Amino acid sequence: MATSDEGIKNPGDRPSAPVPRRGFIEVLLGAGFLATAVAFIYPVLRYLVPPKASDLGSDSVVAGRVGELKPNSGKIFRFGSRPGLLIRTANGDYRAMSAVCTHLSCTVQYRDDLRQVWCACHNGKYDLNGRNVSGPPPRPLETYEVQVQGDEIFARRRRES
Amino acid sequence: MSPVNKVRNWLDQRFDWDALIAPLRKKTVPMHGLSYWYFLGGITLFLFLIQVLTGILLLLYYRPGANEAFESVQYIMTQVKFGWLIRSIHSWSANLMIFTAFAHMFSVLFLKAYRKPRELTWVSGVVLLFLVMGFGFSGYLLPWNTLAYFATKVGTEITGQVPVVGRPMMIFLRGGEDVTGATLSRFFGFHVAVLPGLATMLILLHVLLVQRQGISVPPKLEARWTANPSARREMKFFPNFMLRELMAWYVALGALGALAALFPWNLGVKADPFASAPAGIKPEWYFLFMFQTLKLIPPKVWFLDGEVLGVLGFGLIGLLWLLLPFFESAGPSRPKRWITAAGVFALAYMVSMSVYGYLAK
Amino acid sequence: MAILRNKLRWFGAVRLAGLAGFVVLAACLGFGQAANSCLNCHSGLPEPLGVSQETFSQDIHAQKGLTCASCHGGDPNADDPEQAMSRKAGWKGKIERKQIPQLCGSCHGDPAYIRQFNPSLRTDQLAQYYTSIHGKRLAMGDTKVAVCTDCHSVHDLRAPSDTRSTVNPVNVATTCSRCHSDAEYMKGYGIPTDQFAKYSTSVHHQALAVRGDLSAPTCTTCHGNHGAAPPGVDRVQNVCANCHTFQAQMYEKSSHFKAFEAASLPGCVVCHSNHAIAHPTDAKLGTGPDSVCMRCHAPGDHCDRARANFYAGLKQLDLSIKNADQVLSVAEASGMEVSAARLAQDQARDSLTKARVTIHSFQADLVNQDIQVGLIIAAKDLQAGKAAMVERNYRRIGLGVSLLAIAIALIGLRLYIKKIEQ
Repeated sequence: MATSDEGIKNPGDRPSAPVPRRGFIEVLLGAGFLATAVAFIYPVLRYLVPPKASDLGSDSVVAGRVGELKPNSGKIFRFGSRPGLLIRTANGDYRAMSAVCTHLSCTVQYRDDLRQVWCACHNGKYDLNGRNVSGPPPRPLETYEVQVQGDEIFARRRRES
Repeated sequence: MSPVNKVRNWLDQRFDWDALIAPLRKKTVPMHGLSYWYFLGGITLFLFLIQVLTGILLLLYYRPGANEAFESVQYIMTQVKFGWLIRSIHSWSANLMIFTAFAHMFSVLFLKAYRKPRELTWVSGVVLLFLVMGFGFSGYLLPWNTLAYFATKVGTEITGQVPVVGRPMMIFLRGGEDVTGATLSRFFGFHVAVLPGLATMLILLHVLLVQRQGISVPPKLEARWTANPSARREMKFFPNFMLRELMAWYVALGALGALAALFPWNLGVKADPFASAPAGIKPEWYFLFMFQTLKLIPPKVWFLDGEVLGVLGFGLIGLLWLLLPFFESAGPSRPKRWITAAGVFALAYMVSMSVYGYLAK
Repeated sequence: MAILRNKLRWFGAVRLAGLAGFVVLAACLGFGQAANSCLNCHSGLPEPLGVSQETFSQDIHAQKGLTCASCHGGDPNADDPEQAMSRKAGWKGKIERKQIPQLCGSCHGDPAYIRQFNPSLRTDQLAQYYTSIHGKRLAMGDTKVAVCTDCHSVHDLRAPSDTRSTVNPVNVATTCSRCHSDAEYMKGYGIPTDQFAKYSTSVHHQALAVRGDLSAPTCTTCHGNHGAAPPGVDRVQNVCANCHTFQAQMYEKSSHFKAFEAASLPGCVVCHSNHAIAHPTDAKLGTGPDSVCMRCHAPGDHCDRARANFYAGLKQLDLSIKNADQVLSVAEASGMEVSAARLAQDQARDSLTKARVTIHSFQADLVNQDIQVGLIIAAKDLQAGKAAMVERNYRRIGLGVSLLAIAIALIGLRLYIKKIEQ
């Protein structure tokens, strides 16, 4: 099998193959290497840039902002893949709990007239600590810890791994 | 002087570069009908490098810990730019690497490349194969989804069946009695630190041995070439074989990209330790043949517990596999037929058991 | 070993004392029963006089220490039948059906007595019973009606919380049906006997008996238990309102409430039936066989137009949600991550549920409000699904470009290798 080392030429040989063909292969190869390198590097570089939406993990979410809720009112926020309920009591302190009713999984709401959490589907009621106090719900709502940091209100899951 | 030569000069003046790479320039690769099998080792190495690279990239965003692992992988898949690509490539490359590692091992077996003086290459290779399967087992748990959780539970449970040392081994692996967040932390440590460290050292040894000893040739061919040296066909490693290997690596890269884009790796559902195991839980395909075998062994064989017998059996076979070269005849006499037969049987068994395990309920 | 012998003797004495104590204890407890000589004979007798020890031991009265004599009188300590069942000892014999409520009420209507056993047990059952149809008819001399023992069983009476009790919520409908589904027995009363059959097809039965949801209603939930009577045509929605508050509130503010009252129509039952309450579908608002509106309303009048409006709105939202779901499914199957949109779909479905509840107000503007909210969400989710598909296609194009680059590199390598090996 012929060896080949690019630079070595046998003296006495005719001049090597026409330059355009030789250049073409090199160019093609170089283009191929460059293209694949770019196709490789580009995604990696974009990957390295952190996305805007920060990942807080599943344990804690921003449930709302200070001043967003009046006393004795509530709002629904997203906790992971389920809705949560943030309540500001008449005293001004915050409560957070899962908004998935333990009866048939309807979304509950805060009733400012009853000062209780209410499920519209079958009239189930929970107190402000999530305990089921009336109607069909068989279990309390899972409650979350509330922490106010700056002007953000965080709801944090209570369990450990 | 061309830029390349300038760099070579610089390196040579400091590291005696030319002398260092001289053996590489002289290295040759035998050319014969079965030469294509020689690519497998290199492809496995390539896939390992891909794993290291994508693994490091994943490390930038992955969070170990039962609370956050699943969500962090979800974050990578949905929020991080090209995160889906990196993660899917990592998962696909893992599976492909295990496949090529097995293929490489079997090709070495059938081409009889493990004979003296290459016994240590074989031993280091088999250990690497076990490490690669360990990578697969530990890495599979890291997304902390239901399938992974229960597969790990079943897998570590089987480890616990080994007499005497089984239970301590299981507790060591699990970081406790049960599979918990502690198991995840532990597996993470194995997967990103312990196993890579061991694998790197062994790969260096393995590749160094191959470089030093040259590439082996099947016995019949070797006999012919010894009798008739002019019939010997060889190719220079650098640049000829290396360029061909580069082509193979490009094909592998293309295949990985296609698999990642067309068949993205599933995220699954977050593991819930209190839920019951999904029906028909199975380990990943590379463990299927062992899993199916254990399922088929009757509960009691003679006076021994069936599962214990199975686990011990596999352990023994693994040990014998490791020491295979030492059963082979040392001299130039005809290599032992039964080793080839054992290899064929093993391959057929693994393939049929894997298919059976896949199809079984 | 003198010390050991003494110790052994001490052990022996303790064991003997323990055994004696056990015998005394057992005798006192009577293996759970007070002295009850009646069962000595009656456990061996055939029906209807037979009551086995095993049966009676399940009875809650027996477990609380009452005996046969507590209801039937007589002397439970006497072994001789003549003495045990003597009139002098107060033996009443078989209690007449007419007397049963009074007998049970003699204890269960006495708060001071019941307080000794279970202070939170109600004691107004007898008073309630007399207000019921059963109680009233019994007072008039009809002994075919239900008395206490018909529902609660006798001699193996269990607390209602026991799942084997005939009055446990899961079993109540079956207990009522023993009479109320017996056409022969109910001849002459002029009420239907298909209630149980109809109830068994209902969503409430499905929830209670099949899913085990104890909050679902059974006969006594709507009719009362001791004071059992139909709630009254003009009060039906009050009963339903106990659980279905929103619907009832809407209904009471609607035009239908006054209209049905004026026509003496039983509220909710008109459209939803009383016993065979099926899961309502949008078809109720349609024009097909399941439609309820067209039973009263003439086609083409402004109510019919409103109906068509409601129906169209609900169908539109339903379709919109399904469309978005479909696109999201395809995107998901191609490997795209769409969990955020899936969650929002739940909200859209909530809107649809709410719209279906608001129908009970029969006011187009209220219903349309809910439908619009749902449509907006479903539209956004459809967009998200489409964006996911675009992303999917973008990925495939990217893949194509990369594969092209690799192909070029491969061709270049092949040619180069060929060249250097000439």
